[in-house]
This record gives sequence, C-alpha cells and structure tokens, in this order.
Amino acid sequence: MTTQAPVVDMTNISISFPGVKALDRVNFRMFPGEVHSLMGENGAGKSTMIKALTGVYPIDSGSIMLDGKPLVISGPAQAQEAGISTVYQEVHLLTNLSVAENIMLGREPRRGAAIDWRAMRARAAEILDGLNLDIDPASQLGSHSLAVQQLVAIARAIDVQAKVLILDEPTSSLDVDEVSELFRVIRSLKEDGVAILFVSHFLEQVYEISDRLTVLRNGQLVGEYLTDEILRIELVHKMIGKDIAVLSDLDRKARAPISEESEEMPFVQAIGLGRKGSIAPVDLDVYEGEVVGLAGLLGSGRTELARLLSGADRPDHGELKIGGRALRLRTPRLALKSRIAYSSENRRSEGIIEDLSVRDNIVLALQADRGWFRRIPRKRQDELAASYIQALNIRPPDPDAIVKNLSGGNQQKVLLARWLAVAPRLLILDEPTRGIDVGAKAEIQKLVSDLAENGMSVVFISAELEEVLRLSHRIVVMRDREKVADIVNDDVTVGQIMTLIASGAES
Amino acid sequence: MSIRTIDPTTARPKFVPSRRRFDLGSRYTPVLVTLVLLIAMWGVGATRYRGFLSVQMLLNLLIDNSFLLVLVVGMTFVILTGGIDLSVGSVVALSTMIAASLLRAGWPPLAVIVIVLVVGSTLGMLVGLVIHFFEIQPFIATLAAMFLARGLCYVISLNSISITNPFFVDMAQTRIPLGPGLMITPSVIIAVIVVGIAFFVLHYTRTGRTVYGIGNGGQSAMLMGLPVARTRVLVYVISGFCSALGGVLFTFYTLSGYSLTAVGMELDAIAAVVIGGTLLTGGSGFILGSVLGVLVLGIIQTIISFEGTLSSWWTKIVIGALLLVFIVLQRLLTTLRR
Repeated sequence: MTTQAPVVDMTNISISFPGVKALDRVNFRMFPGEVHSLMGENGAGKSTMIKALTGVYPIDSGSIMLDGKPLVISGPAQAQEAGISTVYQEVHLLTNLSVAENIMLGREPRRGAAIDWRAMRARAAEILDGLNLDIDPASQLGSHSLAVQQLVAIARAIDVQAKVLILDEPTSSLDVDEVSELFRVIRSLKEDGVAILFVSHFLEQVYEISDRLTVLRNGQLVGEYLTDEILRIELVHKMIGKDIAVLSDLDRKARAPISEESEEMPFVQAIGLGRKGSIAPVDLDVYEGEVVGLAGLLGSGRTELARLLSGADRPDHGELKIGGRALRLRTPRLALKSRIAYSSENRRSEGIIEDLSVRDNIVLALQADRGWFRRIPRKRQDELAASYIQALNIRPPDPDAIVKNLSGGNQQKVLLARWLAVAPRLLILDEPTRGIDVGAKAEIQKLVSDLAENGMSVVFISAELEEVLRLSHRIVVMRDREKVADIVNDDVTVGQIMTLIASGAES
Repeated sequence: MSIRTIDPTTARPKFVPSRRRFDLGSRYTPVLVTLVLLIAMWGVGATRYRGFLSVQMLLNLLIDNSFLLVLVVGMTFVILTGGIDLSVGSVVALSTMIAASLLRAGWPPLAVIVIVLVVGSTLGMLVGLVIHFFEIQPFIATLAAMFLARGLCYVISLNSISITNPFFVDMAQTRIPLGPGLMITPSVIIAVIVVGIAFFVLHYTRTGRTVYGIGNGGQSAMLMGLPVARTRVLVYVISGFCSALGGVLFTFYTLSGYSLTAVGMELDAIAAVVIGGTLLTGGSGFILGSVLGVLVLGIIQTIISFEGTLSSWWTKIVIGALLLVFIVLQRLLTTLRR
C-alpha cells in the first residue's frame, strides 16, 4: 500500500484561532484505495483538519498537496471540483426534492433548456445501482431514513468523480445493519481507488474499516499507524494521552463501596433503559449517597445515558424507578419534580443563560420548579445567590455580574449552584470540569464528594479517568453506546479502565 | 419508471430501505384537497342556482381573475423559497397609475407596457438584493416596497385617471370565441401563458429546482453548489414582473388608473397560494395548486353574488375561514410526513 504515492499530503499544517492553536505542525497523508481514520478526543483538531482540507479554513502555514500538486482552494465548492468530496455528519441535502435530484442537481442532464427527467432518473438509478442500493430515484428524499439519506449523500459525492471522500461521523445515527451497508459501499469505493477519510468515535468501526490511523491530541500529531499494527489499548492511550505506568501510581482516596453494604433499595433503578439510535438498553442502580462514575470515550453513550435518566430524551424501552416507583420522565421538568437534576456538558447552549446575571442563573431552576406565578422574593434570591457564591467560591463574588463575563470554571459553578438550589436527590453532572482551570476543578471535585457524604446520589461523567476514579464509589464503563462493565471502585487502576474502554468486559 | 430486471444468478442481495411516510402525507395531497373543494363548491352552486352549471361560468372565473392568476405566479415563486411579497398590491396600483398617466400623455401603448414591466421588475430586483445581501426579513423589505410603491402612486396623481387609448380599450372589449356560446379575453390567454412558463421554469430548469431547494431551508442548497444568491434575487424580480403584468391586465379590466386600487390584493394572492397547497415555510407546493386557489376564491365570490342577499363582506369571512382550515391542514400533513 505504501508503495503508491499519497493522493493527499498535508505537511506542517498549523491553524490558529484567537487564543487557541487548533492545529500545530500536523502531518497527514492519504493513499488511494485506502481508508484512513482520523482519531482523537473532543478538541483534538479532527474537524479543523477536515476543514483545512476542504478549504473552509485557510491554513496559517504548511502545505497541502493533491496528487503531487499544491492545492490552492478557497472553499468547499472548489475542493469538490478538485476531487475532494465531503459527507458531513448532518446530511446537507434537500429533503423536499427527489433522490435523483439530490444526486444530480448541478450536473443534471438536459434536453434543450429543460431538465431531462427521464435521463436524470436513469443516471441516478445507475449510480445507486453501482453502489448496489435499491432506492427509487423518483421518491422524495425526506421519505427515507437518515441512513439512506447518508448513502444518497455519498452517491452524490462519488458522482463528482471524487479522488478523496471525507466521511465525518457518518455512522453516528445509523443502526447495525445500516452501518454494514455503509461499509459495503465504502469497500467498493476503496476498490475503485478512492482515498477515504473516515472519522468515527466508534472504535469497533474504526478497526473494522480502516487501513491506517492518524491520532491527534490537543492539535498536535501523536502519530500515524497501520491499523493492524496498533492494539486498541495503545490507541486509547495515545488518544487520551497518559501512560499506564504513570497513572497506576496515582494515589487516590479509597472509598467504601456503598452499594454492597447497603440493604436499602437503590434510589435510582434503570432496568433495560435504552433508546434506538442513541443507546443500547442499560441497567443501572444508583444508591443514596453514592457517586457513580461513567467512563468511556466521547460518544460512547455517557451523555446519552445521562439524558435518558434526566428526561432530556425519552427512552423507548426499559423502565426507570425512582425511590422504588416506576416513573416516566418525559421532560426534564418532570425529572426535576422527582428531584433529579441534570447539568449538561454543553455549558453554553444547554446550561447557563449567558446574558443573565449570576443571581438570575442561580435561581432559575428553583423558580421554574415553583412555577412562574410564585416569584421567589427578591430577598430570598439575594440570600440564595450570596450563599452559593460563598459556598462555591464564585469569582467575582457579585450576584449582578453577567454570566458570560465569568471564566469557564465560574460559569460551571453558577450552573452547579442552580441545580443545588433545587436540593436534588440525584445530581447528574456531565463533564462538569471540562475546560476549567485546575483550582476550580479541585473545588468542584471536593464539592461532589461532600454532597455524596450528605446523602445525595451523583452520576459523574468525565473524560478524565483519574477524576472519575478519585470521586466514584462505583464505575460504569461505556463503549460504543453499550454498558460494558459495572465495577466497584476498589483498587481499580486507570489502566484497567482503559483496557475496559478499549476492549470490553472480556479482560 | 421502467422496471429493471435483475439476473438472479448475479444479483447480490439488495439493500432495500424502509419507507417512513404515509401516503396521506404526499406532496400532492393539499392540491388534491383544493381540487375536491373546488369541485364540491361548483356542485353546491350548481344545485342551488340556475346558470351555475355552465362552462362559461368557469371561463368567467378566469376572465374576472386573470390579473390575480398572474400575481399568484410571482407569489408562488416567492413563497416556495420561504419568502413573502407584500408589495404586490401596491405595485399593481403603481402600474395602473404609470400606464394611465403615460397613455394620457400620449405615449404609444407598447412602450407604456414595457416601461411598466421594467419598473415592476426593477423594484422587485431591489427588494431581492436587499433581502439577500443584507439578510433582511422578506416581510419587512417588501413592506417597505409596499409603502414606497403606494406612495409613488400619489406622486403621480391623487385622482383616478381613465384610459381611452384604443389599444387598451380593444384589449378590454375583445372577446375571443372558444366555441358555441363560449368566449374568453386576451388577458386570460396572457395569464395562461404566464402560468405555463412558470410551470416549465419550476419543474424543468435548475433555477426552478433551486427555488424549491432554497425553500427547504438551511445551507444545503448552497453547500450543494446551487446558485442560491442569484435565484433568491430572481424570485423577487419575477414577483415584481408579475405584479406589473398583473397591473397591466388590471387596467385592461378597469380601463383606469387609481392610487387606491388593489389595496390588500397581495393578501388575496397569498391566500390563493396557501389555499392552493403551498407551504408558507417554503419548499413545497405547485403552481397549478395556486391556480386552483385563485379559482376557489373566484367561486366563493360568484356564489355570494348569485346568492344576492348576502353582503360582499361574506367573501372575506369565507376566505378567512378557508385559510385557517388550510393552514391547520398543512400543519397536520407536515406532522404526518415527519
């Protein structure tokens, strides 16, 4: 495979955004007839890399060669002309038009001034046939499932004679059969000599389909490997960036496993709770005063599980018992009535209200819980704000400060204060420490452990395994949207968790 | 579609996608509902009134609404992209004023018509450019154009100007026989030609498909490399042109120019388009649906005038009720389609 010249050769690519070095002298190459996976956690620089290749972002330095010639493009349209086609995670097609139009528009066959519909449908049928897809070209795109729309997007992409096909998270909304169908199409394109860039957070799929891997971390190149020559565990280490030996020595507070000694019913019992296209059925118990850590890579189902527990998404099978009673939490509002609070990982879009003050943000959930006609008296609001600002050490200690002017860590504390104000019995924290400085991180960790000691149940989600290990009584490991392990945190090492994340429960 | 045969020895198992949609949610359903409604109204009218069940009665619908037919063509283009054009009625009035005043000044009729069409198209283009490049809401941009055009009418004259030009009078009075006892006006022929061209453009050109694509929303059409900017401006040019042409047909109908004519006519056009099954959010609908919408509005008026005892305001009430029903129906169908 390596005897051929690379079709894409990106060398020393650097891209900066204000305050961030998104890519730092990264090399990346693609060979014809090869599937190359770009690997890395959130913020590693994968999507920046793709956008550099498709001309969405200009590169600050470095060079991009296509077929040995420098690639000079200024946008996706020109990239497509040069033979680089992209299929995005969100399908960018026209659902109100026919499948044939979606494949052919822009290059539609004509007779005179008119579109030759018959020829267009025939040509579209030919392309779909080439991919062995039996889709009626005359049917409306919107009448098909997302998976089929994705395949149609690929059909459109390859009809423009792509040399390079970029598939950005193409499988994130597909089920098993649909994925295998997609892979069949990818393999047949591979045989035709197309170079395919595959991005997925499903390790299984990466190992199944790709020939070569490039790992990025924090905007830097970790390395390029042949898929056959790198073990999953090594790959996970390279993505997360810690060495097992170092991590195993981390000292941490030993915690008594609560669930074993407790005779009581678990506070939360999820029995086969799942949602199609989101997460496979999961059993999960959370006892009172217990911290359950959810470990797994990005997209492993951590957040999806949290959203099911908190009513943000509706489960389509299984049941959820809160305090022994089966409940249907159709909305987060109902969850809140059962004293379940969910702090989202998307602090900006699903958490704080940027333009409101610290006080307004803190009292928001409590006010919603009381109902809008029973306004919390201003005096009580001030007391609440003052007490949480002090308890959580929010800086600046000004209840009238506008939240968007606070640092990330302090915004997170405001968000925490909002949920603590409703006195939840189960607090679900999704990445509460991401992107915040070390000091604030330690304070939040301390807070979580204090809350649990006072009897609150906590589900703690973090990409940082040390943190999960330090805080949790019990650790649930997720992989590829399934629960793969449920272990008591008793002399568990980061290495063991990594092994579980990489290979499942068989270890 | 032709049936493709597959040799069973070489055929691999095909990937057969599952369909999610009800047939009830078909794109054609709203148009069919309108058609059924139209036939039902005609049937009801025919049982109640003498002379209702004649072909000439239907032709009269076209004769009385030929200008509206032309207007809804432009409006359909705009609404298909998810926009709206509130300037239509004012541009009709402005066109009648320009035509009447220039004719009074002794200009040749053909030159007058060309000038009117150029003015309407230019106004449409300006609106389109503002909407696209400054990302202004179509509602506001065309509202501004509506006030502008109406104001310009008063600049030309405060009074009604009658038209005595022989060509215009001819166009108003000519009846083209279509067989025994049947006849139409030249305006009907013009309207039918405009509808035909619009149908061709919408369904047989990339521009037309791009109009639908823009109406789908989001960035998809742009990311697919379709000429979004050009097309978005073009639909307002088309609407401006159609408004001006509608104005010309309106002068053939009334033989005068007056600043206060066609007040609220844009709303009739929008109502016809919506009753014809076009989604106000864009991306779905048919020009022939809009034609049916015009006929429905026309038949309501006819029934009420046949009834004799009812005030003409009943037309508005019935149109209002119908509009409500159709919008709710569309919402239901859209929900079904998801």
